[in-house]
Amino acid sequence: MSEATIDPRSLRAPPRRPLRLSWSDERVRGIFWQILVVGIVGSIVWWLWSNTVHNLEVRRIATGFGFLNREAGLPIAESVIDYSPADTYLRALVVGLLNTLKVSVVGIILATILGTLMGIARLSRNWLLSKLAGIYIEAIRDLPLLLQLLLWYAILQGLPGPRQALNPAPGVFLSNRGLKLPWIEWQAAHGWALLALILGIIGTLAWRRVAIARRMQDGQPRRVWPVALGLIVALPLAVWYALGAPWVVDWPALRGFNFRGGANMSPEYFALLLGLVLYTAGFIAEIVRAGILAVPHGQWEAAQALGLRPKMVLKLIVLPQALRVIIPPMTSQYLNITKNSSLAVAIGYQDIVSIANTTLNQTGQAIEGIAIIMLVYLTISLSISLFMNWYNARIALVER
Amino acid sequence: MSDLTLTTAAAHSPEAVSRSAPLSQVGLAGWLRANLFSSWLSSAVTLVLLYLVIRWVAGFVEWGIVNAIWWVPENQTQACRDLKGTGACWAVIAEKHRFILFGTYPYDEHWRPALCVLLFVGLYVVSAMRRFWRKELALIWVAVLALIGVLMWGGVLGLPYVPQERWGGLPITLILATFGLAFAFPLAILVALGRRSRLPAIKALCVLYVELIRGVPLISLLFMASVMFPLFLPEGMNIDKLLRAQIAIILFAGAYLAEVVRGGLQALDKGQYEAAEALGLSYWQKTGFIILPQALRLVIPPLVNTFIGFFKDTSLVLIIGIFDLLTAGKTAIIEPAWQGFGVEVYVTVGAIYFVFCFAMSKYSQSLEAELNRHRRR
Repeated sequence: MSEATIDPRSLRAPPRRPLRLSWSDERVRGIFWQILVVGIVGSIVWWLWSNTVHNLEVRRIATGFGFLNREAGLPIAESVIDYSPADTYLRALVVGLLNTLKVSVVGIILATILGTLMGIARLSRNWLLSKLAGIYIEAIRDLPLLLQLLLWYAILQGLPGPRQALNPAPGVFLSNRGLKLPWIEWQAAHGWALLALILGIIGTLAWRRVAIARRMQDGQPRRVWPVALGLIVALPLAVWYALGAPWVVDWPALRGFNFRGGANMSPEYFALLLGLVLYTAGFIAEIVRAGILAVPHGQWEAAQALGLRPKMVLKLIVLPQALRVIIPPMTSQYLNITKNSSLAVAIGYQDIVSIANTTLNQTGQAIEGIAIIMLVYLTISLSISLFMNWYNARIALVER
Repeated sequence: MSDLTLTTAAAHSPEAVSRSAPLSQVGLAGWLRANLFSSWLSSAVTLVLLYLVIRWVAGFVEWGIVNAIWWVPENQTQACRDLKGTGACWAVIAEKHRFILFGTYPYDEHWRPALCVLLFVGLYVVSAMRRFWRKELALIWVAVLALIGVLMWGGVLGLPYVPQERWGGLPITLILATFGLAFAFPLAILVALGRRSRLPAIKALCVLYVELIRGVPLISLLFMASVMFPLFLPEGMNIDKLLRAQIAIILFAGAYLAEVVRGGLQALDKGQYEAAEALGLSYWQKTGFIILPQALRLVIPPLVNTFIGFFKDTSLVLIIGIFDLLTAGKTAIIEPAWQGFGVEVYVTVGAIYFVFCFAMSKYSQSLEAELNRHRRR
């Protein structure tokens, strides 16, 4: 039946005319313009390239990535992995990359939370809350991020020294040396408990799939939360308890001129994280607000008319539709946080850009240094886009 | 029938006298109840926020106005240092405001960059008015930008020559932003058209350019401009640092604006393209007379938002040492006497950026409302 409605002629490709060597043939003109443009761009690139090669010869700069195995001799203040100035440039760059990832990942998580809260607050029926969120969003978006970073850094540097540190909560110290937090001493039992937690989450997700599949067959709802409680909460606790329930909190304390113990957040990292999170949250708030407003009011009403409870309305009807609008611009905000973390160089946090810049100043390998920065960011950008595109495709509207 | 009798009976009953709404529902009390104290949770949030706002505003007024020091004699900043943390030292602004605004431009000639700033602002205001959106506007731009060049450089009409190395402050920020957009915009249109082109080689080039630029941070392009551009050029040929940064900003802005323009080209109804082709218009006629005027109109609000982004992003030239507004502010507090007053300087510089960005943002919102008027019911 359906075949009869399609005109069979439309399935056939249009007949290919033989190429006429005449200006009036569209394809000839197309080929001409392409050759022209590619030729111009190509010759400009070739000209720049030959100049560069010539300049490198004149200045006796050896190209290549051999310098990566030389001793770096550059001190790095904070590092996730072991590092000393006697290590190679390659290791220094890896440290920088990890520092970039450290600030980007934490920044993305915190900015998403704060931005979502601010976006919801902006829509609140409470006039004061909505206005204050509006003022925050407008003000933070109208100031350059670099200026905000410098301002936060100046404020953190203006704090009193460790001896007169601010102590807003027990064990939390804020001074011009950064933020000190109490931290649990890491022991083997914690590792096993963490492993049990991860296994528990995987098990719960698996059970959820099974539960949904069975419900699809017989229509009987099956509870997920008792399994989740058992696998995610009880199992890790049991593992931890079985291994002796170790619990030693490492409190920061003043020794001499500085603090000992606890977790430390350097002023540079703290200022960068604060600036990135507050700035990006302003943009995320607007995205979240637009996403929620994009769900037509009729959808809420129809869901309520079906007898769904308010929580279910949000979970089953509104959020899936709002997320569809929110995800694509959110992706570019995540990319922005990662790219903006390169402003670290202005306040002395040693991220990949800062270390690559020092490297190229020390070795004179300008082209390689810039190439490394660009390659790293292109890789990160592409990975985030790929992941978010995959997620977007998963939640996208299934159309015919 | 019975319904009808019922209603008439109700209308005549003595209770049906029209009464005004209860006092708790109208006027100030009603508004407060509806908007601030509608439920227990809402009341609690209101009270907590009210407390925080009053505390912060009071704290800021105390720091910024009550305890502030507005003026100190010749670099004697001890009074300011004694008040550190409890009062602002606006004396640093009183002392350094000329430096922050105009950098190292010769002191006696400061009226020239000041006039340039006014010319820039005038240019923005004229460009923002819809009644001036016509072809002559391009001529006004060329004339004003040329006049700004004459004023800044001098060397003619009895104005002393000022080398570009001595320019600084707000004019540099405005120059980077304005020239950046003036050149990036045509580039962006070409790239956006190229990306939608049916010719595979041109399309590939444009995609490569846009995705490469958008995948890396502006800083890496600025570094490239400051350390790699000299290697690109033939020996002996040298372009100055400001121009190199300007080129990097143009390339960067071009890629982002191209994506905005492409959004407009895609949003335009397909029938418009087909109708233009059916009329027998050539590609450039079709693009110039039919497609671009409509597509650009569709994307004016996001374009203005992108402009705001670039205005803010020009501050990144601080990292390669170009003397824009933010760099001037940062340099003003290097002098030992004024070290440690960063907060006051950054608040002031931030206020200047805010005025420009807020004006653009409000303009974008009003424009959006105006352009969408036909869609509103």
